[in-house]
Amino acid sequence: MEATGFDAWVLTLAVFLPLVGALIMMVVPKAYELEVKLIALGSSLAALAVGIYILFQFDYGSASELQFVVDKGWIDIINSRYIIGLDGLSLPLLLLSLLVVPLCLVYSWNHVPSPGNTKAFFVLLLILSTGMNGSFISQDMILFFVFFEIVLLPMYFLIGVWGGEERRYASLKFFLYTLFGSALMIISFLALFFLSKDAAGNPLQTFDMRLLTDAAGSGIVKTTQVWIFAGLFIGFGIKVPMFPFHTWLPDAHTQAPTVGSVILAAVLLKLGTYGFIRIAIPFLPEAAVAWAPWIGLLAVIGIIYGALGCLAQKDMKRLIAFSSVAHMGFVMLGIATLTDFGLNAAVFGMVAHGLITGMLFFVAGSIKERYHTLEISRLGGLLKSAPHMGWILGFATMASLGLPGLAGFWGEFPAILSAYNPGAGLSEELFRTYMVIAAIGTVLAAGYLLWLYQRTAFGEPTEEFADHEIPDVSRNEWIAWVPFLIGIVLFGVWPNLIFNLTDGVVSSITANVEAVVAGR
Amino acid sequence: MWMLENAFLIPLIPALSFAVILFFGKRFIGADRVHVIGITAVSLIWVLSLVAAFQWTQRVEHPSPDAIAQISADGHGDDHADDGDDHADDGDDHADDGDDHAGAAMDSESGHGGGHSSVLISPVVTTYSKWWSNGGVDFAVGTHVDGLTVLLLVVVASISLLVHIYSTEYVKGDRRYVHYYAFLSLFTAAMLFFVMAQNIVQLVVGWELVGVCSFGLIGHWWEEKPNTDAALKAFLTNRVGDIGLLVGMIVLWGTFGTFSIDGINAAISASPGTQHLALLVAACCLMAAVASKSGQFPLHTWLPDAMAGPTPVSALIHAATMVVAGVYMIARLYPVFYDGFSIGTSSINLMALIGGFTALMGAGLAFAQWDIKKVLAYSTVSQLGYMVMALGVGAWTAAIFHLFTHAFFKACLFLGAGSVSHAAHHTFDMRKMGGLKKFMPQTYWTFVIATLALSGIFPFAGFWSKDEILLGAKVGQQNGYPLMLIFGCAVAFMTAAYMTRVVWYTFHGEYRGHGHPHESPKVMTVPLWILAGMAVVGGAFNLPGPVLEPFGLEGLAHRVQTYAEPSVYLSGLGLSHPDPSLSMALIGLGLALSGIIVTYLYFWRKMGPHGLTERNKYAKAGYTFLENKYYLDYLYNDIIVASIKKPIANGANWFNQNVLDKAVNTAGESARDSGRWIYKWIDQGAIDGSVNAAARGADASGEGLRTIQSGKVQNYGQLLFGAAAVLAIVFVIVI
Repeated sequence: MEATGFDAWVLTLAVFLPLVGALIMMVVPKAYELEVKLIALGSSLAALAVGIYILFQFDYGSASELQFVVDKGWIDIINSRYIIGLDGLSLPLLLLSLLVVPLCLVYSWNHVPSPGNTKAFFVLLLILSTGMNGSFISQDMILFFVFFEIVLLPMYFLIGVWGGEERRYASLKFFLYTLFGSALMIISFLALFFLSKDAAGNPLQTFDMRLLTDAAGSGIVKTTQVWIFAGLFIGFGIKVPMFPFHTWLPDAHTQAPTVGSVILAAVLLKLGTYGFIRIAIPFLPEAAVAWAPWIGLLAVIGIIYGALGCLAQKDMKRLIAFSSVAHMGFVMLGIATLTDFGLNAAVFGMVAHGLITGMLFFVAGSIKERYHTLEISRLGGLLKSAPHMGWILGFATMASLGLPGLAGFWGEFPAILSAYNPGAGLSEELFRTYMVIAAIGTVLAAGYLLWLYQRTAFGEPTEEFADHEIPDVSRNEWIAWVPFLIGIVLFGVWPNLIFNLTDGVVSSITANVEAVVAGR
Repeated sequence: MWMLENAFLIPLIPALSFAVILFFGKRFIGADRVHVIGITAVSLIWVLSLVAAFQWTQRVEHPSPDAIAQISADGHGDDHADDGDDHADDGDDHADDGDDHAGAAMDSESGHGGGHSSVLISPVVTTYSKWWSNGGVDFAVGTHVDGLTVLLLVVVASISLLVHIYSTEYVKGDRRYVHYYAFLSLFTAAMLFFVMAQNIVQLVVGWELVGVCSFGLIGHWWEEKPNTDAALKAFLTNRVGDIGLLVGMIVLWGTFGTFSIDGINAAISASPGTQHLALLVAACCLMAAVASKSGQFPLHTWLPDAMAGPTPVSALIHAATMVVAGVYMIARLYPVFYDGFSIGTSSINLMALIGGFTALMGAGLAFAQWDIKKVLAYSTVSQLGYMVMALGVGAWTAAIFHLFTHAFFKACLFLGAGSVSHAAHHTFDMRKMGGLKKFMPQTYWTFVIATLALSGIFPFAGFWSKDEILLGAKVGQQNGYPLMLIFGCAVAFMTAAYMTRVVWYTFHGEYRGHGHPHESPKVMTVPLWILAGMAVVGGAFNLPGPVLEPFGLEGLAHRVQTYAEPSVYLSGLGLSHPDPSLSMALIGLGLALSGIIVTYLYFWRKMGPHGLTERNKYAKAGYTFLENKYYLDYLYNDIIVASIKKPIANGANWFNQNVLDKAVNTAGESARDSGRWIYKWIDQGAIDGSVNAAARGADASGEGLRTIQSGKVQNYGQLLFGAAAVLAIVFVIVI
């Protein structure tokens, strides 16, 4: 069911408006700085406006079906088409991505980190935006891959040029590691293209994700499925990042400029988990069942390991980065259960982690700007020096440790819950063990977050900064942060805003998995 | 019964008050006047909760047809489960789908224990629109109101109101007056939300929210590190228990397929024993949560430290309300524990043992404290142990009755300690007090009344509730609980003794501090007198029949049992009530009196072995052991936490940097090296000769890229295609 009229254009607009803005900016001379900035903000806000239009036009009654679908010829020679569409799984992630970019622009309005060059910085953010938005709505694997890769380059430059001391090493590692995963991913895509068959046994030879979802791996023997899944697993697993593929993340986060970290945490990591739910599991259900215990294992290792890593950190930003490993572990645990409960929790966890960890990185960036250090032992008394910022940090800390009533809880609790009764005939004993380990992880999470808060915000300011004037939250920071704070409370109080969207999609995914497993 | 069906208003009001105080308090009302909002809100909910309590008593006394779950001839329920299963999703008032025993009269037969009604009153379960749905399971939010709920409502609202009023003086001029009142409101809202939870997820939510308020209030003066340490300890210890909470609740959900408290309870009550193993697991897990929240061994160590918070907070949160959340949860989900721990048939079980041991241990520790608040904190630990023990032996009503009386007299003691400290230079060290009786008579007398109530002296409130617990332990259900009776008796003696010690050190003898102590103002003493009044008459709410018979008031016997006990669930389990026993009451009273007399002789008359702990090495060792709180803090902080924080975390980090990351870097470097090798020997050596010109062109463009990306582009490319080649080979082999 293809969209017609304006609706056929909305997704394309949401994706490419930022890119158009970037192109316009490129021809405007650098000297017109304000104009450049306004174009950037304007185009990202225009994209956001389209997103809000989508929010109102979206048919919530059939959230499990693709809407605003466009299906046009693209690269005919390889039968790859420009297929885009949006369902309840894509919608929250697309909106998150649309929202984060203008807020990042506002945040760095007058604070583009050294070496400056606002124009280039903003252009890269807009290109990044196009890549992220596009990834969440592509329904063709080649198109998805292109957007997925577009994301890499701007982020590479953001870290490599505007990053911290070790920026070259970190940006190189980020780029190289992710590209390595992409290489395996594209091989798997090609394998799917060549091997998938329709119900009648004819080769599909398509990159159309809708058809591949319907095919659900038919025509591919199980061992091959498992190998193809392995390629996807590494490709997406690096992006998530899952233990043990996470080592690029602390370096990238620590070295990236503030908004780079925010976008990395809020959106980029979600590309990996999104890929699992959108591509890996529905395309290869049998392999998903075979891999699920291992994904679950790595997920719970990630939860505990990430938390322990946090406890050892001396740098605030690095600590938050490690906390991502732990939090994404909960998301992956939800996915590994192959239950609708778990997948719902995973999507919720993705959005919640995006908002909460994004918020934490924002605060960390602002602290760095004021104190010129993020070494935890040198900080202290933030609540006294900058009370509002101290409160916001406390709020984000509480949200991050999964306090009920705030968004983090609804990603964590249902994920743990879903492990009690895993789907598709997975071992109950095994997943119940994972459940208990994950529950223990919540204690460690409270530990590292509260210790962080105690050392940075409580107490008196350290001698070093006792006489410094630490400005409290600025106007631009308020503008950039308030939507995050509202989102954290809103989704915490009213979780159905997201569950309602995702439930239909994930139910059909898990139903498919169950049917395929039962049928063969 | 409007209030019972719209009970959600009760937590909503303080929640709004929290928001108003926090966001508008300073700007629009004035930082020193925000208490007006808090007090107004809490007064309102106090009235509403009384209305709710009254309406509940009406529901029990004159049940309308739809309030009656069933009439059972023998006190055993059978079919309640059928209408209990679908509450989560039918969105209806529970009462509406009750069966049609129209016109059934309240046929009050005087069974054992008296007043045991054969009409079972269903709770008012109200379900609002779905909160979330997940995997086809609709998840509702609502309220579950019954006698237990309204009892807690009244307790929480009353104590909260008095604490709000008392605090206007006690924390006057505090640096964070606004935050203080905002958190008090938030706590009240969270506690009320918890109390009227309709399902176990709401229980979890409320449970965590009261925990975070406790964290915020313990760390109220966060400039000083010991305070924040205490706050962290409280939060983290509770998190440890929360593992059990999460897992236990998940097991319940997995077993019964519903989150609804009513549904779970009714299902167990309908067919006891069928899910014994799952319930045993769930009960053990939930017991860990109870241990952390309600200060039971071995997770009690945070509670004494929590005294770092402002004293009114200690009275409200760490004595009267939040810490009883664990006891409340057991009572709320009693069928789970009753069946899981086989309370009806055993003569010892985990819950009774933990409760009894905690009661004994807390009482022992209370002797070795010099900080008056810590004595009271250990006393709270001990009394909470009493309640848990009571629940463990099947004495449901006794436990809840004790919860009720304890809330008032313990709050009175804490506020009294606050009053003392307010007068005597903000110290809590009893060594710097003494002789305060003549300076602050009002505080003294209220403190003494509350002490007598806590010690269990006739006719004060504690006597009645403690007597019921001892009786419950003696009689048990099918078997008695002799060990619990011994523990209980020992604690009764010890409680009286350590409280008398406190009275001696604080109020008698010579004043050992400096400055001129003075009586606290009325705004503090009036709440003290109100609480002391409840400490005197609180027992009247559940008097045994024989006491009232001479006055012709048997109809007023066992009101807590009649109104609060959810017999709609408990009768299905076959829970019985012991007959009142004069001899047991006399034994309990005798123990308490002897505790007071022995201590009196020791301190006032200077009799007994003074200085024994200095002379006798065994006594000294015992005292040191007590002084160090059985070294549990050492075990937790210096061994468990320290090892996770340092060696284990650092080990994980080392592994991360030197194993995983090293592997990644080595892979990258070897790719680069092999690239160099290929470039040097194959590209330049073999191919370059033939395609010299082309190679030069490529080299030039390579230079261009190199300036941007420091020459790494080729490496990515090599890695990318190397990886692709490897996987391609794998595919070729496999397929």
